[in-house]
Amino acid sequence: MSDNKKWYSLDLGQNKQKEATASCGCGKTEGSCNSQKTELSADEFYEAAINASIGEERHRDGFEQVFDVKMDRRTAFRKLTASLLIGAGAVSTSCSAVIDNKTKEKAQIDWEEQFKGNYKLMTDEEKQGTINRLMRSYELRTGKNISMTAENAEEDVLFGYAFNISKCQGYMNCVSACVEENNQDRNSQMQYIRIHEMKDGQGFKFDNADDNYYHEVPAEGHFYMGTQCFHCDNPPCVEVCPVQATWKEEDGLVVIDYDWCVGCRYCMAACPYDGRRFNWSKPEVPENEINKNQHYLGNRMRKKGVMEKCTFCVQRSRKGKNPACVEACPTGARIFGNLLDPNSTIRWVLANKKVFRLKEDLGTEPKFWYFMD
Amino acid sequence: MGRFKVLKSLVIDSLDTITKGSKKYHIWMGFLTLVMLIGMYCYSIQLDEGLSVTGMSDRVSWGLYISNFTFLVGVAAAAVMLVMPTYVLKDIDFKQAVLIGEGLAVAALIMCLAFVVADMGGPSVLWHMIPGIGVFNFPNSMLTWDVIVLNGYLFINISIPFYILFRHYQGKEAQKKVYVPGAVLSVFWAVGIHLVTAFLYQGLQARPFWNNALLGPRFLASAFAAGPALIILVLAVIRSFTAFRIEDKTIKKIAMIVTVAAQINLIMLASELFKEFYAPTHHSESAYYLFFGLHGKNALLPWIWTAIPLNILATVILTFGKFRNNLKVLYFCCFILFAAIWIEKGFGLIVPGFIPGPYGKIVEYLPTKIEIGVTIGIWALGAFVFTILAKTAIGIELGELRYKNKNSSDS
Ligand code: SF4
Ligand code: SF4
Repeated sequence: MSDNKKWYSLDLGQNKQKEATASCGCGKTEGSCNSQKTELSADEFYEAAINASIGEERHRDGFEQVFDVKMDRRTAFRKLTASLLIGAGAVSTSCSAVIDNKTKEKAQIDWEEQFKGNYKLMTDEEKQGTINRLMRSYELRTGKNISMTAENAEEDVLFGYAFNISKCQGYMNCVSACVEENNQDRNSQMQYIRIHEMKDGQGFKFDNADDNYYHEVPAEGHFYMGTQCFHCDNPPCVEVCPVQATWKEEDGLVVIDYDWCVGCRYCMAACPYDGRRFNWSKPEVPENEINKNQHYLGNRMRKKGVMEKCTFCVQRSRKGKNPACVEACPTGARIFGNLLDPNSTIRWVLANKKVFRLKEDLGTEPKFWYFMD
Repeated sequence: MGRFKVLKSLVIDSLDTITKGSKKYHIWMGFLTLVMLIGMYCYSIQLDEGLSVTGMSDRVSWGLYISNFTFLVGVAAAAVMLVMPTYVLKDIDFKQAVLIGEGLAVAALIMCLAFVVADMGGPSVLWHMIPGIGVFNFPNSMLTWDVIVLNGYLFINISIPFYILFRHYQGKEAQKKVYVPGAVLSVFWAVGIHLVTAFLYQGLQARPFWNNALLGPRFLASAFAAGPALIILVLAVIRSFTAFRIEDKTIKKIAMIVTVAAQINLIMLASELFKEFYAPTHHSESAYYLFFGLHGKNALLPWIWTAIPLNILATVILTFGKFRNNLKVLYFCCFILFAAIWIEKGFGLIVPGFIPGPYGKIVEYLPTKIEIGVTIGIWALGAFVFTILAKTAIGIELGELRYKNKNSSDS
């Protein structure tokens, strides 16, 4: 096992320059960066994003856009094949002169979304392009605006998480905060976090634990322990994906491109921590409960037949905020931070507490530690 | 140029044969078509509502589809058991059986691919898996290996019999130096598809029930029992319904293969059971669940306790040459062996891998009606494809289909 797998022995000399860098996710230094515009209202933001990315092109209709874009051979081939296979309907829609512009635009967007590439391999412009399309498509369908960003990982950041077993009382505020923040399917009651209620005096007996309780907490003679995706440093789920729809980002987050996933569920079988959730049917969130601050890799709306999971709230953490579960926890049992910053709380915990991780023998190197007071 | 003409006439001729036949044949094909239509209807419901119409859940995320897929890879690989002696060891005896065996492999592979597609959450974005257009996570993901080996095997098993039949169709002998290298390749390839499919499961450290070194070899042994057992049954049917001559000697030789493979399979089963139950660890829980149930949850018990006795019974009977050489007994044994291994290598292998879950949670799995409908539909598709292939092949081999014949009658 190589040394840099053990993240805590990493050379941390780089953190001086860190303080000088603005906390901007897009890596640009000028003011045009998106992550600094968070104070803008959703509408303003949307306008700005559209202008920045498509500019004058937005005034042309869908038909012109498709055939004006410069395509490389691969893209062209993909579009051609695709049109023969599935896109026939969309083509005829976007070519017909009778229907109104909105329908055309919608068809145009659906078309480009169906045949776009893997997010992992996109350039920054392409990323911006797809989130603009997604925002526009949402507006066309519902008449409402959402704000979606595509911040990349920052340099010198590696996210980690610690869980204080002594403090957790099983309130599950984290669970509901997570569901609301991440727009999880309400029908199937999907939850990324599971809180396991265990009996005192039996140690960590997961098989006797109850992860689906409905009684008052803290229950006498019990203690609580939360699990979710651990964002393994050596994630088996990533290895097995046949299409690279899931991968580890530079800042350690293990993410999924929901539009690239083919839904084979191999990653689910490979995860030793029950970290993944599948959309067995079309996920549904009431319109007024939708969290409209979204990230492409995070809490944007999913479709049926794709995998999803905890992303350490990428839409928040890359803006320098804590994940929703950390913020919601009334007991302070949850600690989140940058493992490469020696002054962070999480580093303090790792240095001063007797921490452990689950199933260490599997070599997955989770970035999620447990400790007790 | 001439080749294309021959090909065209072959296609026309075979279309002709497969649409003509006895009444029984028409009833059989009509029945298969009906079942396929039912399967398609079930699949359309699944497409519309999502995989929630199946019995699968976040806790047991693979079920009947993947079980059948796994089992059928075994059946497909079994064609090799016939290929080897015929082409390589020049055992004339097997020649007719081989064409049937390879037809069976093609049908099984088509079913495999259909099961995988049925299991996908997003069949409309399946192009993401096509190398070059999509992103192919090779060599990291064993699933990409499986895609390659399965399609390669399909290609080999289509081209070899096609070459031979094409030659025979023209009344020429198939040239050994053309097809023997292909046949040798397919021998290795068959072992490959099996091992790779086993590695699909074996490589997951998250699932101790699968993560054991015996999984691959046991896959091979059980496949080489179940596959030829199915071939024997199919040969028996063909023998009684067509003029195609298959000698007792051929069937008895295949029975030998079945017997040896079934014996090896039993030995490995014993070794597995010993390991799980002599010194049970935390990792033996899945096996406990499978054989005895855990915490009152025991949905798989009736299945596995049907499979094990059938398996032992068949193996014991087959071991005695006296019984094995009695064709009636042989057919019966092949049938129960096939059913036993279907349960064991399908359901009994896939489902316990997920139970108990990573944190010990036990959620049981039972397929829904829709899932069963799709599954039966895909089996009907396999039978349909096989019937077509076999009918054409038999027609050519019997000399009913000949290029020359047709030309002379035309002119
Ligand atoms: S916990 Fe599971 S889903 Fe999360 S990174 Fe590790 S293996 Fe992947
Ligand atoms: S379900 Fe999606 S993310 Fe998971 S392995 Fe399959 S394609 Fe990859």
